Amino acid sequence: MLEIDTVTCTKQDRCLFDSLSFTLHSGQIMQVEGPNGAGKTSLLRIIAGFARADEGQIRYNHTDIREDYDSFAAELLFIGHKTGVNQQLNAYENVQYWLQVHGAKASEEEVYELLAKLGLIGLEDVPVRTLSAGQQRRVALVRLWLNKAKLWILDEPFTALDKKGVALLQTQFQSHLDAGGAILLTTHQDLTAHFAQLQTLTLEYRL
Amino acid sequence: MQTHHSYWLAFKSVYTKDVTLAFRQRAEIVNPLLFFLIVITLFPLAIGPEPALLTRIAPGIIWVAALLSTMLGLDKLFRDDYNDGSLEQLIASPYPLSLSVLAKVAAHWTVSGLPMVLLAPLFALLMNLETQSLNATVLTLLIGTPLLSFIGAIGAGLTVALQKGGILMSLLVLPLYIPVLIFATSAIDTSSMSLAYGGQLAILGAMLAVAIVAAPIAISSALRVSVS
Repeated sequence: MLEIDTVTCTKQDRCLFDSLSFTLHSGQIMQVEGPNGAGKTSLLRIIAGFARADEGQIRYNHTDIREDYDSFAAELLFIGHKTGVNQQLNAYENVQYWLQVHGAKASEEEVYELLAKLGLIGLEDVPVRTLSAGQQRRVALVRLWLNKAKLWILDEPFTALDKKGVALLQTQFQSHLDAGGAILLTTHQDLTAHFAQLQTLTLEYRL
Repeated sequence: MQTHHSYWLAFKSVYTKDVTLAFRQRAEIVNPLLFFLIVITLFPLAIGPEPALLTRIAPGIIWVAALLSTMLGLDKLFRDDYNDGSLEQLIASPYPLSLSVLAKVAAHWTVSGLPMVLLAPLFALLMNLETQSLNATVLTLLIGTPLLSFIGAIGAGLTVALQKGGILMSLLVLPLYIPVLIFATSAIDTSSMSLAYGGQLAILGAMLAVAIVAAPIAISSALRVSVS
C-alpha cells in the first residue's frame, strides 16, 4: 500500500536518515523507534507529504503522492504533535469542524456517543483550552473513530493519555488493522505484547 | 459516519469557524476599527482643521488608514491554525487547500474589511468629504478591501512560520498595496471633480478578479512552504 523508496533527509547539515526504504501493506502496523532527534517526526511528516524529502519517493498504491496529493490525503489520517484542535472552540465544535473539512458527516448522537466513550461527556461545551492535556488529546483522537482513511500516521498518539485511554486506543488500532487499514506510528511505549504483526523501524541518532 | 463530499460545506465550515472565533474574541474586530478611527482623527489634529485642506487629503488618509488597519488582523490570519496544527489538517484533507484558504480570506474580509466599508460614511464626515466623493470612497473600499485581504494573506502565509513575522509581513505586503492605493485614491479624486471614475473602479475590479483566482493558489503554496 505504502512504499518508501530510498528516502534521504538532511536537516541543518545533519543527515537524519539516508536511502531509507520500506513498505507497509494493509493490515500492518509499524512502529518507528529511535532516540530524540533521530528524525522520527521528520520521517512521518515527509510520508504525510508536509515536508519534502531531499531524495527518494513516497508511493501510495504505486503512485507518487506528490502527483495526486488530494486523493492521497483522502486516504490519510494524520495526527501530529500539534493535534489541530482549536483551543477556543469546544470539543463538539472541534469534532464537527474536522469532519466537515474532511468530507465526512456524523450525526449528533454519533459524536456524543464517542465523546462519552472517550470520557469527554460533560466537558463537550467548554472551550478546549480549559481541558487537561490528556483530555485535549482525546478530543483529537475522536477522529480515529470517525474516518474512512486507510492509512493512519500518528506521531506519539499515547502522549498524556492514561492507561484506560491507551487501552482504548489499542483496541481501535486493532479494529482498524482488521478492517484492512495500515498504521504508522511513533511511540516510546512497548507495543509488541499488543500487536502480533508489529513491525519496528529503528532510526539511529547520527552525528 | 458517512462520507459526504461537498466543496460548499467545506468552504462554509472554515468560514464559519473563523467568523465565530472572531466574534468570541470581539477585540479582534473592534481594535482594527478603533485604530482606523484614531489614525483618521490624528490627521486633522496634526495638519490643522481647515475644511478645504481636509477635503483635499481625505481620500488618501482614509485609504492609508484602511491599509494599516487591514495589516493588524493579517498577522493572526494563519497564526493560530499554524500553532495548533489545524493548518496541517487542512493540507491533509481531501479538499484543495486553496478552497480553505479562500474561505479564510473571506472570513478575514468579513470581520476587518466589511466593517470599514460600513463605517466609511461616518469617517468621511469627519474629514469633510462631499457626497459624491463619499460614494466613490465607499465603492473603492468595497472593491479594494477584499483585494487587500487577498494580497495580505500571501504575505501572512509566507511569514506564518517565523516567530516575529509581523513586521516582515508588513514590509512584504505594504509595497504590494501601492497599485490598489493609487487607483482607489485616483477614483475618489476624480469623483470630487464630478468626473466619471468608472475606469479606476474597473481596474480595481479587474485586480480583484485576478486576485480571487490567483491569490488562493499563491497563498496555499506559501502555506505549504511554511508548514514544511
